[in-house]
Amino acid sequence: MEPSDAELIAAVRKGDVAQFEPLITRYQPRVFATARRYARREDEVQDIVQEVFIKAFQKLDSFRAEAPFEHWLMRLAVRTCYDFLRVHQRNRETTLTELSDPEVDWLERFAAAPTQDHEGGDAARALVERVLTQLSPEARLIITLLEIEDRSVKEIAELTGWSVPLVKVRAFRARAQMRKILETMTREKFL
Amino acid sequence: MELDKLHKKLVAVAQANPPGNGVPYAFEKRIMARLAAHAVVDVWTLYGRWLWRAVTPCFSVMAGLAIWVLVTMPSEPDPHSLEQALENTILSSDDVSGE
Repeated sequence: MEPSDAELIAAVRKGDVAQFEPLITRYQPRVFATARRYARREDEVQDIVQEVFIKAFQKLDSFRAEAPFEHWLMRLAVRTCYDFLRVHQRNRETTLTELSDPEVDWLERFAAAPTQDHEGGDAARALVERVLTQLSPEARLIITLLEIEDRSVKEIAELTGWSVPLVKVRAFRARAQMRKILETMTREKFL
Repeated sequence: MELDKLHKKLVAVAQANPPGNGVPYAFEKRIMARLAAHAVVDVWTLYGRWLWRAVTPCFSVMAGLAIWVLVTMPSEPDPHSLEQALENTILSSDDVSGE
């Protein structure tokens, strides 16, 4: 039978560093999936995951076991991803005018029939990524957690460390920012 | 173009395509190696931590000594003994030269 999280954490705290490896093995798929929401390049994703686990190891003494270890680790992961977004805030102004032909085709088909299902999954995914890249770090985090991952405001507050009212304000601003980006993107191509 | 519908459509596309949770081979070994490297550097961190912990006891000892000195010191110096000591010091050179 595999040791529980609590047993492994207790062993690490006593100095048996090797017991941290099963914890990494157990939770790295979830941390990788989270990191891939915010970073595109695989080397960036790996850097984020590595940083999450190193922070987790260093801060293990502050884990109070009031919530499951997984929740605590995911909070660390989301905050590390947010730090990554803030540090790697790219030049967000230039990419809107560089829509690829498949992306423009997808938008044209959408404009012609908004309610229909449209083929071209890759183009749609590229458009999503393009729009998310344009958002500010706060807006991207909020849109990802609230709309794409469908989490509640309270959950987001716990994950990010922001207050519930702040999450609501940032969600409102994030939606407005996304709308503005979509407006700019479609105005440039369809007006 | 209907922006609200486009917004919902793009969110739906993102929801339908969650990122993969694949892990590179032996990634946990890489992290463990990094942790081992950190452990070497952590000697200094530990040293710093101990220094910070020593601040409180050092301040306590200093405060204790200060209180002890204040309590045991006479409130006013004895004027007679000070006068006598001053006289002894000044006249001692005359005594020596007179001899």
